[in-house]
Amino acid sequence: MNHPGSAAPVFYVQEEEAAVHDAGTMLGFWIYLMSDALLFASIFATFGVLSSSFAGGPTPHELFDLGLVAVNTAILLVSALTCGLAMISMHAGKVGATRAWLAVTGLLGAAFVAIELHEFMAMAAEGATPQRSAYLSAFFTLVGTHGLHVTFGVIWVAVMLVQLGQRGLHHENHRRLMCLSMFWHFLDVIWIGVFSFVYLMGVL
Amino acid sequence: MSTHAHEELQGAEGFTLRTYLTGFVLCAVLTALPFWIVMTGAVAPGGAAKATVVAFAVAQIIVQTVTFLHVNARAQGGWTLLAYVFTAVLLVITIAGSIWIMYHLNLNMMPGMMHAPASGQMP
Repeated sequence: MNHPGSAAPVFYVQEEEAAVHDAGTMLGFWIYLMSDALLFASIFATFGVLSSSFAGGPTPHELFDLGLVAVNTAILLVSALTCGLAMISMHAGKVGATRAWLAVTGLLGAAFVAIELHEFMAMAAEGATPQRSAYLSAFFTLVGTHGLHVTFGVIWVAVMLVQLGQRGLHHENHRRLMCLSMFWHFLDVIWIGVFSFVYLMGVL
Repeated sequence: MSTHAHEELQGAEGFTLRTYLTGFVLCAVLTALPFWIVMTGAVAPGGAAKATVVAFAVAQIIVQTVTFLHVNARAQGGWTLLAYVFTAVLLVITIAGSIWIMYHLNLNMMPGMMHAPASGQMP
């Protein structure tokens, strides 16, 4: 039925569909992050209610090493910047720079988790375990859930490094990296709440 | 349409080095100040110091939301911002409401009904 010289008829939208699909993915991932924020809200609320239920156990003054928390906060903040630099490199189409900044981000995230585990081990060695008091249960639940998120973020970074190495900056990896970046920055926002309300308010 | 959707998706205008560096410097200051206040005792521990820490936290959350998460009224036709504001409202209700209710439950608990002193000393 085609007239000579005309292109084959196309009955579906080719260009926009991919873009709309991606926009849906980004919005969907954002909704996930917001629901994750509500999960954290309930844990923050629990912690707030139990923040003085020490049951005769150790109090924040005896437990926290604010210097270590400051170092961890700095590590996470710098990792947010390197994550942003990875995004800028991605938009510039530089695979090498994207992988390098992403690797730095992952290493900083791993360092954050390592320092946090060190802190948890030191607390446990002093007998400050989750079962010691309601306060410590809430503390380990809140800080541990954030740490678990960062751990999965580090795994995601590692997966993306492999994907970028094998397939480069194609369309799908572009979208995945955008989601990863949103996830990583979201965790940094949650950490603001943790260091302010758990650590700093704890010793005030 | 296609180009427009593409730009919206990539949010390319938000991904500049300048935006990230501005956000980073602001966040570094907004983090360092509360740590300094608490660790040196520059503001005497109490209500004023707590309010200061909360104010710095809220300021930094807003800075990171704008510069790192690129939330604005244009992204995704405003749905990102709408979901964010809705979440913030629920978050405040959940946290402030829980603490408020449980605080007053503690206050209004009749002494005779308590087997253990208040503040969570459950057997």
